[in-house]
Parts: sequence; structure tokens; C-alpha cells
Amino acid sequence: MQVEVDESKCIAAGQCVLSAPEVFDQRDEDGIVVLLAERPGAELHDVVREAAGLCPAAAIRLAELVEG
Amino acid sequence: MADTLADTANEAAAPLPEYPMPRQSGCPFDPPAAMRALPAERPISRARIWDGSTPWLVTGHAEQRILFADPRVSVDEHQPGFPHQSHAMAETLDHRPLTIFNADAPEHTRFRRMLTGPFTLKRVEALRPAIQKITDDRIDAMLAGPKPADLVTALALPVPTVMITELLGVPYKDHEFFQRHGVTAVDRDATPEQSRESSTALVTYLAEAIVAKMADPAEDVLSDLAARVKAGEVTVPDAALMAVVLLIAGHETSANMIALGTLALLQQPEQLALLRDTDDPKVVAAAVEELLRYLTIAHTGQRRIALEDIEVGGEVIRAGDGIILDLPSANRDAEAFPEPQQLDLTRSARHHHAFGFGIHQCVGQLLARVELQIVYGTLYRRIPTLQLATEIEQIEFKHDRLAYGVYELPVTW
Repeated sequence: MQVEVDESKCIAAGQCVLSAPEVFDQRDEDGIVVLLAERPGAELHDVVREAAGLCPAAAIRLAELVEG
Repeated sequence: MADTLADTANEAAAPLPEYPMPRQSGCPFDPPAAMRALPAERPISRARIWDGSTPWLVTGHAEQRILFADPRVSVDEHQPGFPHQSHAMAETLDHRPLTIFNADAPEHTRFRRMLTGPFTLKRVEALRPAIQKITDDRIDAMLAGPKPADLVTALALPVPTVMITELLGVPYKDHEFFQRHGVTAVDRDATPEQSRESSTALVTYLAEAIVAKMADPAEDVLSDLAARVKAGEVTVPDAALMAVVLLIAGHETSANMIALGTLALLQQPEQLALLRDTDDPKVVAAAVEELLRYLTIAHTGQRRIALEDIEVGGEVIRAGDGIILDLPSANRDAEAFPEPQQLDLTRSARHHHAFGFGIHQCVGQLLARVELQIVYGTLYRRIPTLQLATEIEQIEFKHDRLAYGVYELPVTW
């Protein structure tokens, strides 16, 4: 799984950090999303999908990679 | 033309429902039955509002998500055809400046970023000890005082009010002034004059406070705003308006959730027991999400207007059509929440729309979550014998307010 975030869309609602603190953080001054892991491990895929689904601004994009 | 004739014929056959619809007596926590039926029957329909116009009424959870996230859906209340909340809101339109509520991107993004700093997860988590202390102090005071007590004034209102005044950096002793004008500013039955007077009083108070913080800054939101004024990023009136938004939104909403949630739990002791008997923060956090879903206190419909034609849920919303997104009905949509009329604190409810969705989703939602987790997680454990000191029929509900709730909640123990 490849994770991409769009800072210009992010509204700092914090839903992603609540769902997957291992993968997302917030910038101190304005709360904008900080991506901690572009390719999170398989054990985190469910929470990352939840984070993307809950993001109110659709600022998180996921691409499923073919593992090989 | 054919469409117009067909629509007219339909309207003649069945008059459009009025929005908002009254809740039934007897089930104060449920949206009106006709509203609850809509997500399954017609997730997008039409309704008639106070001025006789017939905006779209969106009740389906999935359809709401699509529209909330669509940049062609605007909050610009100056667009002709915008479905205003009330006569007072329509009347005062030209006196209302651009704020986080009525601005689209990119202005919205600029406003929003000025406000988000204090509401990050880290900053809000750091407030936990302070919120816990205020909660414990208020419960101590209630236990030491006379029985019955009013839970609204004893706990529900003071906890979020103390928090938001500390966060902003205004003295808590002025809270009666904030609450009185805050209520009038958002009361949909207030006259335009009353509403303007209260808004002016609050803006003036906060503008003076921001100017004072420019000379003598502290560690608080008003000082942050004062620094932005100094840097030329924002004017004093605009900064004061942002502070008013935070002040009003920051206490009235959480206060209603605390009191209304407690009443709902007292009616369902087996659910209340789940909170009373746990010290697992995950259980409490899930319970809070379900209470947010079940109660959905923002019950007067989020107002929008289509800037272009938008196809959704088998309908075409035309450019210039008004749109109302009714949050309580989407949160009772059985497609999104099985057995939606059940308050089930163990379900997974985080995809609820209690805070809205899209770029206007509540700025203070993480603070609200922590406040509710602490209050719900503390009150029933500390007072396991808490009970209603009156009949539920005697409770007066806030049908007339932007946020649903109760005016008073007499409790004993």
C-alpha cells in the first residue's frame, strides 16, 4: 500500500491521527497532516483505510501495490 | 418544460413536507419519524422551508458524504436561492462578514488554518489533566451541594465553558455575558435587531481583548490571533469574529451533549452500566462516538447551494438550487448504521456526521471528544446512583435552538 497526502486539501480535522497514529501526524503550528510512513506494513492497512475514509477533505490517497 | 410540469403535478398530488419537521412527543432523542424514513425511501428529496422555497433535503448518509465533499457545493450565503436558516439569518445577510462558516475555498482555507493550531490531537491530549480536574471539582461541588441538582448548571455548561475560556484566554468570570449573548446570536427566533446587538457585543468584547493581548501576550488563542494581527495577516474585527465563533461553538455544543447524553443514558441503564463499569479508554471513546451519532445535536440542517449541476443519488441538483443536509437522519441511516434507532455503545460509529463532513467539519471536534470522554467516563463512575429527579415528561427540550439539548436536567443520587 502506497499512501499519499495532499497538504493543500488538509483541514487538520485530525481524524487520520486518531485512526492511525503510526502513519499520520499533525504539524504543530497548524495541524496539517504529516505522513510518517509512505508504505505502512500490512498490519496497519485497515486503520489506514479507515483514516482515508474518515478524512473529511479527501486529502489522503491510497494506492494498493502488488506485493512481489 | 416537461420537468417543470411533472414537478408541479407531483407537488399538487402530495404537498411537500415542511422543514424542519417537529419531533414527536414521547421519543425526544429520535428525529421525526418522517425524517427517519427518508434515508431509505428518498435519500434526496425536496422540502419547503420558512420562506416558501423548496431546497433539496439530503438525508442519506452516502449521499451526504458525496455532497459535503463536492467543491461545487458552496456555503456562500450571498448566492440567490441560498436556503437560509431563518428570517433573521436572511435579513442580516449584508451585515454578516465572511467567516469560516460562510466562506468557500480558498478564503475558507485561510481562515481555517488560523484556527487549527490549538485543536491538534497533541494540544488537546495535553489538556486532559486540566479537563479532568475541572470535571472532578464540579462533581465534588455538586456532591457537596443540595439535592436535587441541575446537571446543566452544575457540570454540563461549566466544564466546556471553563475550557474554552482558558484556551482563548478570556476570564471565566465573564461567562454569563458570553452565554447570554452567545445564545441570542444563534437563536433562530431572535429578531434581526437582537441577533445583531448580541453579535456586536461579543465582537466588541473580543476585539478589545485581542488589542490588549497585542500589548501583553500570553499562551492562548487570543494571543495567537493578536500576533497575526501584528503581522498584518488579519484585521482586528476579523480576528475578533473568529474568536466569537470559537467561544460560542466551544461551550454550547459540548454542554448540550453532556446533559442530553446523560438523560439518554439514565433512560437506558444497561448502556450506562457499560460506561460505569469500564476504565478502558477505548470503550469510553467508542461510547462517545455512538452518543454523538445517536443524539446528533446539530439538528437544523447544514445549508448549502449548488454552483453547478450535480448528479447524485439518481437526481440532478441544478446550479442555483438550495441544499439542506440533515445530520440526524443520516446518522439514523440503516445502510450506514445497522439498527440505527438502538443506542449501542459497543458499535463502531466513527463515520457518523455529528460534526458534519467535508471541509467545514467541526474545528473543535477533538476537544469535544476529549471533554465528552472525560465527563461521561467520570460522572457515572463517581456517582453510580445518579438518577433523574423528575419525570422525563417534565423535561423541556431545546426544539428552538441550533443545538438540540435540554434547558435543565434535575438529578439526584
